[in-house]
This record gives sequence, C-alpha cells and structure tokens, in this order.
Amino acid sequence: MKHLILIAMITFLGFSAQAQTKKNKNLKYTTEVNGNCEQCKKRIEKAAFGVPGVKSASWDIGSHELTVILNEEKSSPADLNKAIAKVGHDTKEVKATDSDYANLHSCCKYDREK
Amino acid sequence: MQKNIMLFCMVLFSISAFSQEDLEEVKITKKQKGIKKSYTLTSNTSVITSKELLKAACCNLAESFETNPSIDVNFSDALTGTKQIKMLGLTSPYLMITEENIPSVRGASQAYGLSFTPGTWIESVQITKGAGSVINGYESISGQINTELLKPLNDIPFFLNVYGSTDSRFEVNTHFNKKLSDKWATSLFVHGNARVAKNDMNNDGFLDNPLGKQINVLNRYQYYNAESGLVSFINFRYMNDKKQTGEVDFDKDRDRGTTNHWGSEINTERFDVSTKIGYVFKDMPYQSIGFQNAFNSHNQNSYFGLNLYDIKQNSFYSNLIFNSIINNTMHKFTTGLNFSYDQYQEFVNTTDYSRIDNSVGAFFEYTYDNTDNFSLILGGRVDNHNRLGFFVTPRLHMRYNPWKDGVIRFSAGRGKRSANIFAENQQLFASSRTFSILDHSGKIYGLNPEIAWNYGISFSQKFKIFNKNAEAGFDFYRTDFQNQAVVDLMQSPQEVLFYNLKGSSFANSFQFEFNYELIHNLNLRTAYKYYDIQTDYLKGTFQRPLQAKHRFLGNLEYETQLSNGKQWKFDYTFNWSGKQQLPYTASNPVEDQFPDFSPSYAVMNMQVTRVLSPVFEVYAGGENIGNYKQQKAILGAEDPFGPNFDASVAYAPIFGQMYYAGLRFKIK
Repeated sequence: MKHLILIAMITFLGFSAQAQTKKNKNLKYTTEVNGNCEQCKKRIEKAAFGVPGVKSASWDIGSHELTVILNEEKSSPADLNKAIAKVGHDTKEVKATDSDYANLHSCCKYDREK
Repeated sequence: MQKNIMLFCMVLFSISAFSQEDLEEVKITKKQKGIKKSYTLTSNTSVITSKELLKAACCNLAESFETNPSIDVNFSDALTGTKQIKMLGLTSPYLMITEENIPSVRGASQAYGLSFTPGTWIESVQITKGAGSVINGYESISGQINTELLKPLNDIPFFLNVYGSTDSRFEVNTHFNKKLSDKWATSLFVHGNARVAKNDMNNDGFLDNPLGKQINVLNRYQYYNAESGLVSFINFRYMNDKKQTGEVDFDKDRDRGTTNHWGSEINTERFDVSTKIGYVFKDMPYQSIGFQNAFNSHNQNSYFGLNLYDIKQNSFYSNLIFNSIINNTMHKFTTGLNFSYDQYQEFVNTTDYSRIDNSVGAFFEYTYDNTDNFSLILGGRVDNHNRLGFFVTPRLHMRYNPWKDGVIRFSAGRGKRSANIFAENQQLFASSRTFSILDHSGKIYGLNPEIAWNYGISFSQKFKIFNKNAEAGFDFYRTDFQNQAVVDLMQSPQEVLFYNLKGSSFANSFQFEFNYELIHNLNLRTAYKYYDIQTDYLKGTFQRPLQAKHRFLGNLEYETQLSNGKQWKFDYTFNWSGKQQLPYTASNPVEDQFPDFSPSYAVMNMQVTRVLSPVFEVYAGGENIGNYKQQKAILGAEDPFGPNFDASVAYAPIFGQMYYAGLRFKIK
C-alpha cells in the first residue's frame, strides 16, 4: 500500500516537473463557469477569446463547462479564469466582483454559489 | 480493513461513474426536418435530409428536388427520360455538382449524371445558392450541390427497396453493410432499374419515356480511428446504363442507321475509384489535413436517328486541403492545391473533337466568425488551365444576424468554365437541326471560355403566428455573363448555332418563400419565383427558351404521431409554371410550329407512406395526377427524317399521370 502511494506520488511529481519545464502550446483546459443562457455563452466565449494564446473556446450551457485550448507560452489558465470573472461570470477558481456581476444582463444573473 | 475501505470507495466511485454515464445517455430526439436552413452558416445553404428524399416518387438524385424551392426540376424530354435541373434559372452545367466534395457531374456526364446516383444511397444533399466555395474549383457560377452518401460506419446491416410504376419502371435497391473491425466498415450498394414496356400515351408514334436498363454498384470502405485522428474512405463504383427511344416501331437490330424508323440508343458505362484520407492533429481539433483522389472513366456511345455521338472521358482529380486557425478559431483558414486531368475522345458524326484538358490550381479561403452575429468567408484561387489560361477566381460570402431569428446574407463571386457544347446539349441531336459553330479562334470547339459574375442577397426570418412556427424569406440573385457559349435556337428551326456572346446576357432570379406549421404535424411550404433571363441572340434579345418567368411551388406534409412504431405520412406537391419562351419555329409549315410561348400549367404529385414498424414501410403515390400533357411533344413526328423534325422541346410532362408503389425493408 505504501509502495503504491509512493509510486503514485513520484509519477505525479514527475508529471508536474515535466509540465513545468515544457510549456504546452496546445493545453486543453476545462473549468466550470457559472452562467445561464445563450447570451452568457457568447459573453464567456468572447472573454475567453480575448485572452492571448486561447485558440478555441466553447462553453456548454448544460454542463457549465468551459473547454479551451490555449498556448501556455502566452497565458496561463489563471489568466483565463481572471478574464472570465472580469466579465461577470464566476469560475471555479476566480469569483467575479459584485460590481461586475451587477453589470450582467438580467437573463444572465445566475445564482451565485456562496 | 484498509483494503475493505478502498474496495468500498472504489465501488462507490464506479457507481457514481455509471450513473453519470447514464445521465449522458439521455438523448433528446427532435423531429427531423426535411429541409434544414441554417441561421448561422455563412453561405445560403439548405440541407435536404434523407427524410425529404423519401417524399419523391423515386429514385435518383435528379428526381429528389421536386419539393425543393431552390431548385427547379424541368420535365424530362421524351428522349433522355432524365429530369434536368436549374438553379437561379441556369442549367446544371453552371452548377458545381459534387459527391462528398469531389466533382461528379461534369464534362461528359453533364446530361445524365444526376440520374446515375440512386436516391437510396444518399444521406443528405447540401444546396448552396450563388457563388460557392473556392475549395472545389472555379466552375460553379449559380450554385453548388453536394451529395453525401451513407457512411459505412453508421449504416444498418441490410436495406431493401423495391419500386414499380404504371409507366412500367421498376427499381430494386439493396444495401449490405458489415463492420469489419471497430475501425473499418464496408457497404455494398446494388441498384438496378428497368423500363420494360413501350408507352405512347399521346399517340404520336414515339415513346414517351425511353426503355432502359441500369445496373449500378458501389462498394465503399470507411476507416475511423479516434485515437490517432486518422479517417479514410475508399470507393469503387461501376455503372452501366442503356436507353432506347424513338418510334414505337423502331427495332434497334433492324432499323439502326436506316430511315425505316427513327430511333435512338444511349449506352453509358462508367467506372469510378475515389479515395480520401484525413488527419486531425493531436490536441488540435481545429487543424486537419485532407487528401482526395478520384479517377473515373465515362464512356457514352449513342446515336439519334442518323446522328452519331460518342464521348469517352477519362479524368483524374486530386485535392490536397489544409485547415487551421490564425490565433484562434474566430479566424480559420483553408488552403490547398487541386489538380485535374481530363482526356476526352469525342466524335460528332465523323468529326473528331478529341482533346486533353488539364489544370493545376491553388486556393486560400479565410473565415471570420465573431461567434455571435457576423461571419465572413473570403476565398480566392489561381488556376492554370491549358484552355482557360491563367486566371484568378475571387468569392465572398457574408452573414449578419441583425436580431433574433433573422439572417441577412450576401455573396459575390466569379466563375469560369469551358462549355462542352455537344454533351450539354445532346437532346438537340434528336432533331433535324444542323449544328454550326460560328466562331473558330477560341480553344474550346472554337469558342472562348464562359465567364460570369454572380451576386446575391437574401433575408430570412423565423417568427410565430398563433403560436405556430412560421418562416418567411426572400432572395435575389443576378448572374452577369462576360462571355457565354450561346446556344441559339431562335434563328431557325433547322439550325442550332453556337457562338461567343456578343452583347449582354444575364439571369435575374427572385424568390419569396413562406413556410408555416398550420397545425401540429401539418406543414406548409410555399415559394414564388420570378426569373428574367435574357440573352442577346443574332436575331435580337430573347428570354432563354424553356424557362418560365413565374413559378409557384406549394408543398403540404402531414404525419400522424408515431405510435408502436406505426405511422402515416402524407405529402402533396403543387407546381405551377408560367408561360415559357419556345424555340423559334415560325418559318416551319403551320402544322410543324410551336407558338412563341408555351401555355402555363400546373402539376400535382401526391404520396402516402405507411410505416408498419421501424423496419418495414410501404408507400404509394401519383405524379402529375392532374394528367397535364404537352399538346405537341414532337414536331414533324410524321416525317422524322424530314427537315422539320424536332423532339428536343419539352416544356411540360409528355407522359400523363403516373402511379407508383414501393416498399422499404431494413434489418437494424
């Protein structure tokens, strides 16, 4: 059992070490973004495309999942999360400010997780 | 203990994993529409689904447009028995017709090519009005029709369709499908049709429909590997088609080459091989590369009375396509190379018109999509062709959604082509007309290439009337010919003249469409079309012969709710055609004249389908149930070798009403 954990840890470390040394030009990154409707979809995707290095972006209304392919040499997933929050949509990582949320169109005022 | 906890955890996890999968399995099945119009595509494209194809009596691609407002189906002449199609008022040579994006109906196959694709093979048809994409070539002027055939990996193991009609036409379609592995699948399609009995409903001594026999076999293989991103198609196809027409008393063994009786035979043999390889880059779903290759050999041997016409075309087509993005998927591009080679052996009576055409070209197409309400496709290609020379083809498409459920589109583009004047006008061989080419300096039968610009705008809006779905739209297109290989039937009934356009030639088309769901499951589709197609002929400016200025289409479809796999489907189509300019015949004796314009007329088709189970259905219907017939189908029918004979003018159905029945059986 201990061995297993050790192996798992080493593999994990190995992976992250590799990821650090070599930045992925086509990183597929998925995060959860809160929103309601077709209008939210357009806003979220537009914000994602505004982040340098984002090559494709698609947000699914049903699952709330935003899937992007981004060039890590130009920006990081953190930058993406920030940019999405900036237009008023909470992501799993970054919450939008109350004022940005307040600016959303009435149909886009999703229920915020506390 | 630890182990137990782990096991428990694992079981718990796997359950939640299962339940998630279950959730994903829930499918919302929406009723499939017969004709789909997109509000987000950049080009004015409508998609005919296989459901719509089932509405037509039968049986091949040429006949599948009867219920479609974008395409006009003209009546088959007594000779070829094939329905010719028009888009924006221009005949099929001005369309780019492709099968899975490989040009299919071109050159020698222009006259009958659409009838060589059986309807049951078709998965869907995409119809684009106006200048098309530059990816497949430079020839399209008024539109593109792309046919997608059934894909082996999605096909059912067995399909059978049997059809018979009162004009004594019989068809059998059988499909076999086998999954060879999880990545390979193959389909075998076998089609046979025959018209066995002679029909002469108008008692002019000539057959109303040709006798015919066709065997058509397609074997295709599909490979799909999701992990590596590799996809491939390989197709093999063989077709043999024989037609005989002319006088009822004509016996081909006894009367061929004599003036005993007038008769004609058109025999075509065709062989096709095509391959496609595509690769989607790993981790980059927006980037792909594709390579298509097609070889075909088309061999037509025919005679029309004493006129002999043979054409054999061997062609090779190759297309390399690369798709990717600039920065992100809002900016996409497609670029690549085409190569085509056509070897023609063509004989008109004793004159040899054999030649070799080849061209090499490069294209680049840029697509911008703001992911919201605007998109644009800007394309261009350069080609070097041994007869057309070196030339540039620009095309532009734009789409804008000004508000919800509304779309405005604009397109413009240039097309250039060499007119295969004999192959495209071979129905004229069934007349006493002499063929004269008045120009001699050009490289294509002495003529110059045809060049035209096409511009169009369209608007569509969806809305609700009494809480039911409605849709209204209009479009306007103009085609301006800079040069045209004019086919002049206005000079003399004893002659057909071919010459380079002197003056102007244009085609304006306007269409208004209104669709409405009258009550649940009862849909109405209507379209009014106006055409103004003028050409400067030697004798003056005339409307293009055999083209109605006004047309109206109405289609009603009703289906009952599906219960226990059982269902009724009803379909009714009304087609009204206004008066048409007819070829000049005023110098003939009175009994061998057509009026200047044809009368207007209406044709009605009906069909009933009874779905008995998900695997078995029967259908029956009637075409031209109002029994409208062209009064005089053939000029000079009493003296077919005399100077006034002309069997090429078909402006209305020649055969009256026709009834048919058929069945479809599937093993799923």
